[in-house]
Amino acid sequence: MSKWQVQVDREACIGTGMCASSAAAYFRLENGKSTAVQDFVEPDELVTDAAESCPMEAILVRDGDGVVIAPEP
Amino acid sequence: MTTTYPFSEADRLRLDPTYLRLQRTEPVSWVRMPFGGEGWLATGYQEVRMVLADPRFSRWATVGKDVPRTSPVLENPNILAMDPPEHGRLRKLVAKAFTTRRVEQLRVRAQEVVDAALDDIEAQGPPADLVSTLNMPLPITLICDMLGVPEGERGEFQGWTDVLLGFGVSTAEEIRAALDSLKGYIAGMVAQRRRTPSDDMLGALVEAHDEEDRLSEEELVVFGVTLLVAGHETTANLLGNAIYTLFEQPTLLRSLVEDPDLLRPAVEELARAIPLAAMVALPRVALEDVEIGGVTVRAGETVLVSMAAANRDPSVFDTPEKIDFQRGVNPHIAFGHGVHHCLGAPLARMELQVAIGTLFRRFPTLELAVPVEDVEFKRGRLVRGPLTLPVKW
Repeated sequence: MSKWQVQVDREACIGTGMCASSAAAYFRLENGKSTAVQDFVEPDELVTDAAESCPMEAILVRDGDGVVIAPEP
Repeated sequence: MTTTYPFSEADRLRLDPTYLRLQRTEPVSWVRMPFGGEGWLATGYQEVRMVLADPRFSRWATVGKDVPRTSPVLENPNILAMDPPEHGRLRKLVAKAFTTRRVEQLRVRAQEVVDAALDDIEAQGPPADLVSTLNMPLPITLICDMLGVPEGERGEFQGWTDVLLGFGVSTAEEIRAALDSLKGYIAGMVAQRRRTPSDDMLGALVEAHDEEDRLSEEELVVFGVTLLVAGHETTANLLGNAIYTLFEQPTLLRSLVEDPDLLRPAVEELARAIPLAAMVALPRVALEDVEIGGVTVRAGETVLVSMAAANRDPSVFDTPEKIDFQRGVNPHIAFGHGVHHCLGAPLARMELQVAIGTLFRRFPTLELAVPVEDVEFKRGRLVRGPLTLPVKW
């Protein structure tokens, strides 16, 4: 399976720390805001769950074809 | 000698100076809790955030255990007590409905509720009580709309909530009975949805249980109770405390009336500065030894955190004791941090913005009808808040 792309909109992020706590392998807080540890990752439900749970919908996950798979609209 | 917690009985919105003294000298300190013995209390901003974010500190390990704590009862299994990944399994069932974007769509409804409340207040004439006419009905209406609690059944649960969160006055038996009543109340609505499916949040949770097996029956009912209680008690009291603070500091109120653009930063700053909880709650147990704030928390020891103290840490906030609507960066943790970051934070923010903004736009000369020192606060409750806010204009 091809890798997923993970992007964090740092303008939208308010630093709740939810993604960095629930998916520490994929997100970390830098200067109080989230950033993706790696831009491309092996598919993992932890990443899409983090995107679905972010109150600011600041995390965007795309599949190998560039299609947005989280968060759902 | 071990410090005994709480340091004093909660007095209005005053934060006992002991918190900030400990923050300076030992940001993670050993204290005796009212129940369950001795444990750690974190007061420094960095330390509090670390405890809230670090999976080595478990909420689940407190369930059913006689851990050092402020609640008379042992922790029940509910979303507030779950660790990842179980916590996420429940949270994601409702997370979408509470995003900032979705909550914005409810702003019109919040405005309707506030307008109607202020119409009533105006018709009634001064003095009027804001707590019963505005502060309680607003969050209750919104969370009940979302969950799908019918209009005719919205009066029943407030008394049970009062007992449930009466940490300083309720007995353990009373708290357990109140929880059972709330569970029965939600269970009735769950049964109703099995007869007639509905497209509200309770309906969605019933579907998630019955058709997708994503949560148990007990989890479903307890989740409904948690959403209902958390959805109104904290917001109503934060709103009351915020309005009280504006009356107590008229220069703040004047600046807000003169410059409505200050509304959003004002709500953030009020959330930072107001110690909403009368005492710390939601203990965590270390799953392994953790070095933090100059001490070693041993595996099995309990840590409680003071977000109110963290929000006044001078290493993060300049002149933290001052309420300043012009404060630029405001990384307060009034809504928590980490996986348990308040699900309803976007909703609470929106409700406060609508209520406070509309209240003082419509009644720019609004003032307390009694001297500020005569405003009575609830006693023995987990959440601080004025009993009534009599106003005139």
